[in-house]
Amino acid sequence: MIAEAGHALLWIAAVLAILQFAFGGIGVLRNDREFMANTKPVAIAQGVAALLSFLVLIWLFLITDLSVKLVVSNSHSAKPLLYKFAGTWGNHEGSMLLWVMVLAISGGAVALLEKRLSDRTLSATLAAQALISFGFYAFLIFSSNPFERMPTVPLEGLGLNPLLQDPGLAFHPPTLYIGYVGISIAFSIAVGALITKEVDPAFARAMRPWVLGAWIFLTLGIVAGSYWAYYELGWGGWWFWDPVENASLMPWLAATALLHSVTVLATRDGLRAWTIMLAVVAFSMSMVGTFLVRSGILTSVHSFAVDPERGSFILALLTIYIGGALALFALRASSVKEGTQFELFSREGALVANNLLLSAILGIVFVGTLYPLAAEALTGEKLSVGPPYFNAASAPVAIILILIMAAGPLMKWRKDDWKVVGQRLAVPVLVMALALAAFAIMAPNIGILSFLGFVAAIGVGAASIAPLWKRNLRRTPLFTWGMVISHLGIAVAIIGMASEASFTKETLAAMNIGDTRSVGPYSVTLKDVKPVAGPNWTAVEAKLEVRRGDTLIEERPQARMFSSPVTATNEAAIRTHFDGQIYLVIGEEQPDGRWQIRMWWKPLVSLIWAGGIMVALGGLLALLGRIRRRSAVDLLVRKEALA
Amino acid sequence: MKRFWLWFPLGLFLLFFGVVASGLIKPSSTTIKSRMVGKALPTFSLPAANEPQPGLGSATFGQGQPRLLNIFASWCIPCVAEAPILMKMAQQGVQIDGIAIRDRPQDLARFLARNGNPYKRIGSDIDSRVQLSLGSSGVPETFVIDGKGIIRYQHIGDIRPEDVPEIMAALKAAR
Repeated sequence: MIAEAGHALLWIAAVLAILQFAFGGIGVLRNDREFMANTKPVAIAQGVAALLSFLVLIWLFLITDLSVKLVVSNSHSAKPLLYKFAGTWGNHEGSMLLWVMVLAISGGAVALLEKRLSDRTLSATLAAQALISFGFYAFLIFSSNPFERMPTVPLEGLGLNPLLQDPGLAFHPPTLYIGYVGISIAFSIAVGALITKEVDPAFARAMRPWVLGAWIFLTLGIVAGSYWAYYELGWGGWWFWDPVENASLMPWLAATALLHSVTVLATRDGLRAWTIMLAVVAFSMSMVGTFLVRSGILTSVHSFAVDPERGSFILALLTIYIGGALALFALRASSVKEGTQFELFSREGALVANNLLLSAILGIVFVGTLYPLAAEALTGEKLSVGPPYFNAASAPVAIILILIMAAGPLMKWRKDDWKVVGQRLAVPVLVMALALAAFAIMAPNIGILSFLGFVAAIGVGAASIAPLWKRNLRRTPLFTWGMVISHLGIAVAIIGMASEASFTKETLAAMNIGDTRSVGPYSVTLKDVKPVAGPNWTAVEAKLEVRRGDTLIEERPQARMFSSPVTATNEAAIRTHFDGQIYLVIGEEQPDGRWQIRMWWKPLVSLIWAGGIMVALGGLLALLGRIRRRSAVDLLVRKEALA
Repeated sequence: MKRFWLWFPLGLFLLFFGVVASGLIKPSSTTIKSRMVGKALPTFSLPAANEPQPGLGSATFGQGQPRLLNIFASWCIPCVAEAPILMKMAQQGVQIDGIAIRDRPQDLARFLARNGNPYKRIGSDIDSRVQLSLGSSGVPETFVIDGKGIIRYQHIGDIRPEDVPEIMAALKAAR
């Protein structure tokens, strides 16, 4: 019964989406206030129905209802409760339901909270959002029904992939999806504004908080995903340029560009068409990413291709939505008035450069991800594109980008003077020159990209604090703080990346009990290896004594064997110190009784994720700053109206 | 001129659509050659797929004798086709180990009972991690690992009778 209720809720939500589309559409076409007003409650109801449907699925997983096919293939009654809960989205159907739920709730939130858009644009936005939701409801109901029943009830489920049995699963996908799918609002607002031809600074100010909100979650989701891959896969790497990772990076790049161009539009009324374009591209990248991952098209070289019907279904949806939005853009953008002109050497100019470079990186990642596909279509030859391409192609662009990021915030809007900017940049440039000299003398052998990364990041770090100089810190607006912290976070993360790339020490050793090996500043002694057991796994656990100077710590990396399904995973022992992380993995026993122990010393590696979190935190401050200023302005307007 | 540029994004998207749609329609049959050939076998350790026959770890290789590493699965039809050829090679004294991809014990036992069991050891690779680390992209695939544990040769797809001489030559060269 419960499963049927969830299924029914999905249908109800789909019908509400049609209704929402119709109300919004008729409202805009006929300029009918009543229809426009009624679009909002329908959008909220649609969000609630989708949420309830998702809660039903969570419930089915929590009670391990083995009459439901999805639960049988992805859960097991002996699984810890947390993973029963998180297992809801650890599979195709459940995560697609999460996807659609975020889409519907985003629409509901716009209906509930958005007060700045004109009624017409808001209705058009909600109609666009409803059309997208409807397509994905259809996808769920007809080709990925999460509530499908089993013909007969089995005694036990097949269990969740042990790689996913990690607390990270409870947190990473929902965060990522809120960002990934939440950016749909920017898409819908852009489409809505194209329909009503109301592309102006007011529209940009309305769109900005939604973009910021989604971008914060997207940033956090990517950071969490990177850390998860780092500690769970046991390979010691933090980014693999895997298509799934690229699928989350591409919307982030577009959303970051959008965040900056929307500011130009809101403050200076420039970059109108470009902002619309980016809003369309950002969510298009989310949909393309979803398609690439779900259709199995990029992994089709493996013999476990996903249902091709699903791929075709999503591709059809993509074509309608992205193609439709781009066609609308082509037809309408020429009627969008040119915004204000500006000098090349100005803050707008720097932001345009930022946008172009971010788009260039987006293009590099996009081409690298799709190149194998295109090459196969043209020549029939299979090939794969790996980190060498991505690093070599994107890092130089990224370094130019962060240099511009250092200068941009110190420039004035509209027009600035070379000399004045030069004075403002004097100190950061000096710091950078010192860093250059220091690295050239002390670490001459590191790779050129790491070297440039270090130098640029240190310069940017200095420059990003510069906007705060000679300012009353208490009166500095919160969104300025946000920008400073985000930019500083980028610098911090890049230092972490460059340090990881150039100073990591690795030791692979076969050790007897009592043996000692060294890695970086540490010496590691194997004390003992013994079997241990958990709720649904057994493991061999190494007891390692890790010594550095006078401090002695004990680490216990495990090689786990899960019972359902049978899989081996590595639980690396990772210890963070102020100057880096030591990362220990136990391998297998060799025929002579020695154990393989893999050790890494990664100086400053945790800065990668710390920087990422700072970037998101900066976004949060900016969002709070905007909301606060908005309520202050609203209050002022109301007071004036009363007076 | 400006008009043209406004249509440009749509054109790009249609290009993307064309590439992707052709990729979806045309099922892939060609293959990727592993970049691991010539490199050392990655370390791995897989549980037994067919108890009581032992599981498979990288420690089995590189003990002085060349070995054949066969990636297969009970659900894979070409694997049925190549099974008799593997049996013949095993009878000629070739040391063959198997990695069963995404398989279930009962299915595997049935497969081996029906098609013969040429394997010394069979590891169970439930989520294809080891397979991917070998640079193998499909099932079946067969690798020649030399006496020092270096991957010397990769055969993609099922082994046909006409492929046997080349594989035997690779085994001989790997000694």
